[in-house]
Amino acid sequence: MLANQIGYYSLIAGLLFSVYLCVVSIKDFNNTNRNVSPNLITLSFLQLTFVVISFLSLILSFINSDFSNETVFNNSHTTKPLFYKISGTWGNHEGSLMLWLLVLTLFIFLFLIKSREQPKKYRILTLLFQQLIIIGFFLFVLMTSNPFNYLFPIPLEGLGLNPILQDPALAIHPPLLYLGYVGSSIIFSASLAAVAQNYISKEWGQHIKKWVLISWIFLTIGIMLGSIWAYYELGWGGFWFWDPVENVSLMPWLTLTALLHCILVLERRGALTSWVVILSITTFTLSMCGTFLVRSGILNSVHTFANDPARGIFILIFLFTLIFLSLGVFFLFYKDNNKDSNNFFWLSKESSILVNNWFMMYFLSVVLIGTVYPIFLDVISAEKISVGPPFYQKLIAPFLAPFLLFMAFGLKLKWIKSKIENKNSLIIFLIISVILTFFILKNITTDLFFYTILISAAFFLFFSTSKELFLKKFNNISQAVAHFGFSLLILSILFNGILSSEITTNIKVGEKYNYNNEEIFFEKIEEKNESNFNSIIGHFKITNDKGKVVELNPEIRVYNQPIIITSEADIKTTLLEDKFLVMNIVKGNEYFNIRYQVKPFMLWIWISVLILCLGGLLSIPKKKYEK
Amino acid sequence: MKSKLILIIIFIFLIFCFLIFYKGLDKPNTYTPKNNIEKNLPIFKAKDFYSNTYINSKNIFTEENYYIVNVWASWCVPCRKEHPLLMKLSKNKTIKLIGLNYRDNLKNANKFINELGNPYTQILIDKDGTLAVEFGAYGVPETFLIDRNKKIIRKFVGPINKSIIEEIKTIIK
Amino acid sequence: MKTFRIFLIIFLFFGFTQSQSEEKNNDFKNKILKNIRCLICQGQSVYDSESDFASSIKLIVNKKINEGMSEDQVYKFLIEKYGDWIIYEPTLNKNTYVLWLLPLLLFLLGGAIMIKNLKFKK
Repeated sequence: MLANQIGYYSLIAGLLFSVYLCVVSIKDFNNTNRNVSPNLITLSFLQLTFVVISFLSLILSFINSDFSNETVFNNSHTTKPLFYKISGTWGNHEGSLMLWLLVLTLFIFLFLIKSREQPKKYRILTLLFQQLIIIGFFLFVLMTSNPFNYLFPIPLEGLGLNPILQDPALAIHPPLLYLGYVGSSIIFSASLAAVAQNYISKEWGQHIKKWVLISWIFLTIGIMLGSIWAYYELGWGGFWFWDPVENVSLMPWLTLTALLHCILVLERRGALTSWVVILSITTFTLSMCGTFLVRSGILNSVHTFANDPARGIFILIFLFTLIFLSLGVFFLFYKDNNKDSNNFFWLSKESSILVNNWFMMYFLSVVLIGTVYPIFLDVISAEKISVGPPFYQKLIAPFLAPFLLFMAFGLKLKWIKSKIENKNSLIIFLIISVILTFFILKNITTDLFFYTILISAAFFLFFSTSKELFLKKFNNISQAVAHFGFSLLILSILFNGILSSEITTNIKVGEKYNYNNEEIFFEKIEEKNESNFNSIIGHFKITNDKGKVVELNPEIRVYNQPIIITSEADIKTTLLEDKFLVMNIVKGNEYFNIRYQVKPFMLWIWISVLILCLGGLLSIPKKKYEK
Repeated sequence: MKSKLILIIIFIFLIFCFLIFYKGLDKPNTYTPKNNIEKNLPIFKAKDFYSNTYINSKNIFTEENYYIVNVWASWCVPCRKEHPLLMKLSKNKTIKLIGLNYRDNLKNANKFINELGNPYTQILIDKDGTLAVEFGAYGVPETFLIDRNKKIIRKFVGPINKSIIEEIKTIIK
Repeated sequence: MKTFRIFLIIFLFFGFTQSQSEEKNNDFKNKILKNIRCLICQGQSVYDSESDFASSIKLIVNKKINEGMSEDQVYKFLIEKYGDWIIYEPTLNKNTYVLWLLPLLLFLLGGAIMIKNLKFKK
């Protein structure tokens, strides 16, 4: 229909604008005007407008259930609720690429209007590098993943959206995640431009920090939303499975966090310039690499998109072109203006950030190697192995305690050279942490020694960051808030992991089951019909030994298009713990299989991530790094 | 020049990665088990379909013959498709077919056999699916070819088709 | 009465330790099940899956544990039937030395380079 045509030709227009932008910017680069030509900003805005028009046309086609559009046909259905028709636009391969284009073009436009005090040639080069990425994606979309393919004869009904994807958290997870993930493109382009102009300096660090922060905040929230979705929707009560798609979003987050800390050193001391450039390049490269791994079909995962090796080849070549290009620019243009600048005194804030980099790069290597090693092994020796959660846990856990301790100490250090002040309060915190941990864990866990060390370190970090945040005079509030949030996150995850309990059993209506001082009573079954599914709801009452009753109502849903059966967990959340109940049919039986979990401090995991982001947010309005 | 050396090493490493990923695209990302490794026949006890008594695996694979173990169920649609081919194969004197009735209802399984014929010299009941696991199967239909030395030499996942029959025929000559 | 009380205490004690060891046994079994991949599911462990295959595996693992197999023996049994792919934790063998050791090597290398560049004198 008309929307289809408008959408398609808007994409073509956007591509043409890219080419035109490149031509105009090269001309502007070479002329002697002191300022960037306003034409470039106008053209960038027009490019963004066309991408927006194209995106909106696709959304419109989804809303109207226009099945003459192949993407709509493959991913929607007339009975889908409106909200999920709209979010279905980006819940598929072609639509999510439209999100890529949207964020790419949006960010370069925003960059141009927010960087007016920056040197002209630097801004133009950033625009050029970003346009290279944008052209690549336009070509990818138009050549292999066109969202506006025409179907004839027009089908009467669509193939439907996977019901597991019909969830509010998952609806907003891609846009927010992409703002971070794809937004790191601007850091990539700006860093290459700065290297080419020998502009890696304190001033540039100050300027680029905003962009790193914005990208980092959105990426953190995006990952959190993905975990929340996995927790609420997938029914196994976990929120992180070290699945390739999850790893692929975590890796840029690790480099981005390291980059954030290096920018501080750059801003303050003009050092770690090569680290900053390499991390900027690596972050976006990992984003692209992730796109390749997830969309090409090379990996098997819970939520890969529709797989197509032709697309894989395109992205692979695109990815390596960007890698070679960026490395080329780096090696040709990078000048280390201050050879000794990276020789830090061992007891200083700079060196603690170096130690932070060291650990983060180790964690990155664990995740990266774990994710891609099976591919290498399969190609080289045709052996297929799995690399699952135990691998990541075993390699990361032993390094967590030292990491947390270094963090606690590092936060206290001053620039250039430092003494550790308040040694007494630190020692007291350490002793309290160990004793507290020992008494908490004494009766709970078998691995007492290991967990005591780990949780004491977490408590130590928690106490020292709490003191910074609540007792000090808000000296550097964003740093205090962010690290406090991080320490809370680690504590919540650790205690949640150790104290969680679960039971699986078969039960029929009217029966009671006793578990851990609680009584589970299967009260009744209720049947319900919604617009696109029928459901069986189990009503359960959980009574604890103090007589308090909690109602849990898990569902079994039968969707109509496509025909899929899902279990919807019911979760009751309190500040102290989550109660989690999933129900499944036992074939040929009046019994139902239930899995009941008690998960302490679940809510604190999400709260602490938000505190972490708040810390980042508080850093944006700051003009210069304070203390 | 130290930095030139680093550059060359990085360059070679990246080319290596590119080639690995490129070749990796051709490989299927779902598990396709290696079909051609010799495996030992598992030792087990299973209930016979007709006599309802337990039989030891030693007493099933008695003769120096080729054997086929075919995992099937009445509720499995592709099993219906492959059944005529199994009937034809059972006419071959050098091979004996053993059926493994997987997670099935006895009445329905009986109906299936009466409708489509019985190519099996023996049928074993696998009500909970554990016997199939002993063979390394993970679904229906699956078929295993066992040679004269009592080793599993081939595994076919999914319904049998004409080319698989041809392959089996060449082996058992 | 006294003998009855003694018997009651002994009885309860055994009951308690029995349920304690049952719980430990359960935890042990669950640990193994969480490490086994459900081959017909999209990225789920056998513990989390309700599929036919997963139920069969659960039964067989139960049987093998009751026969006295250790954790590693159970894994070896399944790997022999289905290949390395079925176990989530990669075993340490000639195929996986690089996998397990490379990150550690990189950590040590990074540390060495970092320490070389730090100043330790005033």
